Amino acid sequence: MMEDLSSYPLELVGPDIPMVRFMKVRKSYGDLIVLDNLNLDVAPSEMVSIIGPSGSGKTTVLRMLMTLETINGGVIYVDGKPLTHMPKNGVLVRADAKYLRKARSSIGMCFQHFNLFPHMTALQNCMEGPVLVLGLSRREARERAEELLLMVGMIDKKDQHPSRLSGGQQQRVAIARALAMRPKVMLFDEVTSALDPEVIGEVTNVIKDLVFKHRLTMLMVTHQMGFARDISDRVCFFYGGKIEEQDSPAELFSNPKSKRTQQFLSAVKAAD
Amino acid sequence: MQWDFAFTAEILPKMLWATGNTLLAAGMGYAIAVVIGLLFALAQRTPLRILTYITREIVEFIRSTPLVLQIFFVYYVGPEYGIFLSPWVAGMIAIGLHYAAYLSEVYRGGIESVPKGQWEACTAINLTTMQTYRRIVLPQALPPSIAGMGNYLVSIFKDTPMLSVIGVAELMQAANAVGGQNYRYLEPYTMVGVIFLVISLTAARAIRWFEATVRRKLGMQ
Repeated sequence: MMEDLSSYPLELVGPDIPMVRFMKVRKSYGDLIVLDNLNLDVAPSEMVSIIGPSGSGKTTVLRMLMTLETINGGVIYVDGKPLTHMPKNGVLVRADAKYLRKARSSIGMCFQHFNLFPHMTALQNCMEGPVLVLGLSRREARERAEELLLMVGMIDKKDQHPSRLSGGQQQRVAIARALAMRPKVMLFDEVTSALDPEVIGEVTNVIKDLVFKHRLTMLMVTHQMGFARDISDRVCFFYGGKIEEQDSPAELFSNPKSKRTQQFLSAVKAAD
Repeated sequence: MQWDFAFTAEILPKMLWATGNTLLAAGMGYAIAVVIGLLFALAQRTPLRILTYITREIVEFIRSTPLVLQIFFVYYVGPEYGIFLSPWVAGMIAIGLHYAAYLSEVYRGGIESVPKGQWEACTAINLTTMQTYRRIVLPQALPPSIAGMGNYLVSIFKDTPMLSVIGVAELMQAANAVGGQNYRYLEPYTMVGVIFLVISLTAARAIRWFEATVRRKLGMQ
């Protein structure tokens, strides 16, 4: 069934355009509804953390934004322009491959399992996209990659292959690789979940740096409540494919209003 | 019957020359198979359903019929449709396509062994599908495919005697000719066996070395 998209604007206008807007976004796998009518705005330079029990749809939010998943309803806008759809004859239609490729260039993502290219060194991992996609010369790409590897503290290991690096080191290289594409929006999908406890800090410190020094727009799915509280401008608690509650971290963590949020937070606290 | 060393020495140059032809046939057939096999494998992964379907049927057909029949078919049936090919060309097409079908399955396995996360990382840095295959997926699909590719290299080499049925002057045909002229088959056939054994064993060892080297070069032990 074709959805009627005529009520969705071709692009967002006005003084306060959000960097990301989910507008009535729906995602389902067969009968299973993963996200139900999601509305979510992320302002430029805002850091939004997404928490919630597994199966609540939090990772799906990021995957849709990275265009790794198609959506079943609604529209996602990035920087005022539609991401999942494109304007055609005055209405929005589903984006084709060419449009998607252009639209997703403003988004970068880091994954739970890093997904570095195992046959390339740390430096090559960070140069691949800039050379092939952005068309930088090898020299420019190398300079940019080295600058970023320095920033994440991995310049000493730039010629190592991922198999020689610890999880924390791999994740830092993965952050540099994503940043090398100069995204406007960065997505972090449980980037510390696969790490040993003693190396989590080296990755969260890099992300903290990004938040406080670089003011990128960021969305982060995490299980680390303390980290989310420290660095987020806003925290969204997802439950059953919906935002159950969202607020500033201080308010949400110390004074949760919804019963489900309270239950979730006390369960997490008990497990810690 | 006694082994005749003088006769062995006499026919050795002829046998070695034919060995060269055998290696040439195996090498050319394999080169065709490596390229066409990759096309078969990639064609089965396109979003074009009809292309996937047709390719799969072709591969199944080739794998389910004997090589010798395919050789005869290309060489003898072709002319009935105005396609006249020399024994060499017909033989290379037949054996190349035959092994392309098998190699496509090896490639498919190699490509499928590349984790989904690699594809997603490529989307995240916005590579095109072509760039993803060329730079990320195929290099990682290669090491797990080398063992299978090597097995078929040895196989194609051992199958070259089948080309003698359409008169390609390879090792088996040379041995038959020498034997027929002199009424002595012990020496030529034994030599064929020894030559095949030595080359097969050497190739198998070289393939293992190559696999280890590629893995090391790609930093994936």
